[in-house]
Amino acid sequence: MDYLIRLVQMHETFRKPELDALADLAGLDVQWLSYSLASPFAIVRFPPGIDTTVAARTLISRSLLCNAIYELWGTGTDYTTLHADIRHRTEFLWPHYRDVSFRFELDSFHGSRTTAEQRSIIETFAYMDFQGPIVMNRPDHQFRVFEDSELIGTTPHALHLGRLVATSGRKAMNMYNLKKRRYIATTSMDAELSLITANLAQAGPGRIAYDPFVGTGSFPLACAHFGSMVFGSDLDGRCIRGKGDKTVQSNFEQYGTSTLYLGGLVADITNTPLREERLLNCVVCDPPYGVREGLKVLGSNRAVLQDVVYLADGKQAHLQPNYIPPKKPYSFLRMLDDILDFSATRLVDGGRLCMWMPVAGAVDLDDHSEAQAVKDAEYEIPRHPALELVAVCTQDFNKWSRRLLTYRRAPGESVDEDAMLAYQAQRLTVANMEDDGKKADDLNAFRRKYFQGFKNATV
Amino acid sequence: MKLLTLNFLTCARKTCKSNAAAFPLHPKEAELEQVETDMNPLFIKNILPRLDWEAMKTLTTELGLPNLPAETPSDEELATDGEPSQTAKDLHTLLMETSIQSGKLVCGNCEHEYAVKEGIANFLLPSHMV
Ligand SMILES: C[S@@+](CC[C@H](N)C(=O)[O-])C[C@H]1O[C@@H](n2cnc3c(N)ncnc32)[C@H](O)[C@@H]1O
Ligand SMILES: [Zn+2]
Repeated sequence: MDYLIRLVQMHETFRKPELDALADLAGLDVQWLSYSLASPFAIVRFPPGIDTTVAARTLISRSLLCNAIYELWGTGTDYTTLHADIRHRTEFLWPHYRDVSFRFELDSFHGSRTTAEQRSIIETFAYMDFQGPIVMNRPDHQFRVFEDSELIGTTPHALHLGRLVATSGRKAMNMYNLKKRRYIATTSMDAELSLITANLAQAGPGRIAYDPFVGTGSFPLACAHFGSMVFGSDLDGRCIRGKGDKTVQSNFEQYGTSTLYLGGLVADITNTPLREERLLNCVVCDPPYGVREGLKVLGSNRAVLQDVVYLADGKQAHLQPNYIPPKKPYSFLRMLDDILDFSATRLVDGGRLCMWMPVAGAVDLDDHSEAQAVKDAEYEIPRHPALELVAVCTQDFNKWSRRLLTYRRAPGESVDEDAMLAYQAQRLTVANMEDDGKKADDLNAFRRKYFQGFKNATV
Repeated sequence: MKLLTLNFLTCARKTCKSNAAAFPLHPKEAELEQVETDMNPLFIKNILPRLDWEAMKTLTTELGLPNLPAETPSDEELATDGEPSQTAKDLHTLLMETSIQSGKLVCGNCEHEYAVKEGIANFLLPSHMV
């Protein structure tokens, strides 16, 4: 039988990539018979020869962006065609359900039905002749009539009937709610998006996930929720250490996953202590966008700081206990390249990079010169010869948008060596350009644009 | 920082990355802590092939911990009658339950020392080293 997935009607562009990632993780071959960004109902088919009930349950058990999956009993453009299709698909099943306890419900997308309307719609299904008791609480079987309308209040253009098979992993969202988390900061990623990111990264038992911009640990926490080993690093040691008993470690303790937390490191993405070995399964991160404070990496452009600095007492400055290493401005685009290259050199074949970045587009400004600037500032999606782009998901805010990019590490032998060499040469050119005195400001289009066009944006 | 983490780390200096002497980092004045955690046999099994066993042996010797077997244990050695074997339990204790709380990690190539405080290692470098 086919299956109907009841999706949530938000974060639409994340929904199919999330389920595709979970299908791939479980080794399931899912065929999408119908899917639309405008609808919360999708229909899928599993290949013959497998237990489709188990497959359906497995597919959505971790998913955040759907509520439940149903065995599809029928579909139509109005009630007449729906009933005909139900009869055609399931008449042979009705006797099996004659005596079970059950419940029928109506799920009307973009619509509202009075209780009386609901009852009369449900009564039209009486021909299936279920004689068992109608039970509200934990019936043996739950049936749902789905009505899909394009706009609020219009006549449904599609109708479906489904029998509930399994509910999703969306419950975790509440558990990881930032409001209930011991340690958070202003840039902590919200629970839902962190968990979705962990799904797209295919975090799971026996795997290792790493976040090079770990902050308060939202992504590693989400990956550990799915059983993955995790660790991370951040340029700012204060965010890992937190304050008092509010630390990244304490968050893992709160969720009972500290076994899976390998630890937090203070490190700069451009000078990472991670070995150049292909050991990671997932890299997950939300790098700094360089908006509020400019982007920084270790180093200095000042000539005097290119050598060991001696203090008045003759001691070496960098060996003192409270030494703070200098940092210099850096361009956002170079940092994105660094993240891709970091991932390409450390992910196992098939391992995934999930990275958030601003889109910096989609703003309708009256002033044409401004509009031009905005258009120019929209980022290209960064590419790397050893990383295949798997999915591009966009989250829109009032005045700006950001994307979650998902890449897969191509198997070693399929990476084009010439492309790789060309790529490394190009990175060097950009690095030299920057060292030749271009300011981080010039190189960082998003930052400039943010200050020009988004002054009142609430992030 | 769990001891397992050390198997993934080397010196942060770019000039040391390709030098064999930079891995593993050598603990110095290390204070260890042991916290009992649930054993995950699947993880031990999955992580073993990815471990640099020589580096693990060096680490245990330098920390004065019981010696590891000469070679990476095989899957068969990890279970006896379907239950985790003593070897698996020992590995769990070493990799997952033991952590470095404070001390230093020293690069065998450039001799730079990275401080570990409150279980967090600091790999930031002064500008003359980046
Ligand atoms: C958007 S926040 C990430 C927040 C994190 N996802 C969370 O949930 O808390 C970006 C983080 O990158 C860190 N960062 C900035 N520059 C860095 C660099 N050069 N290397 C590593 N981390 C850096 C910042 O300290 C900040 O914690
Ligand atoms: Zn070194």
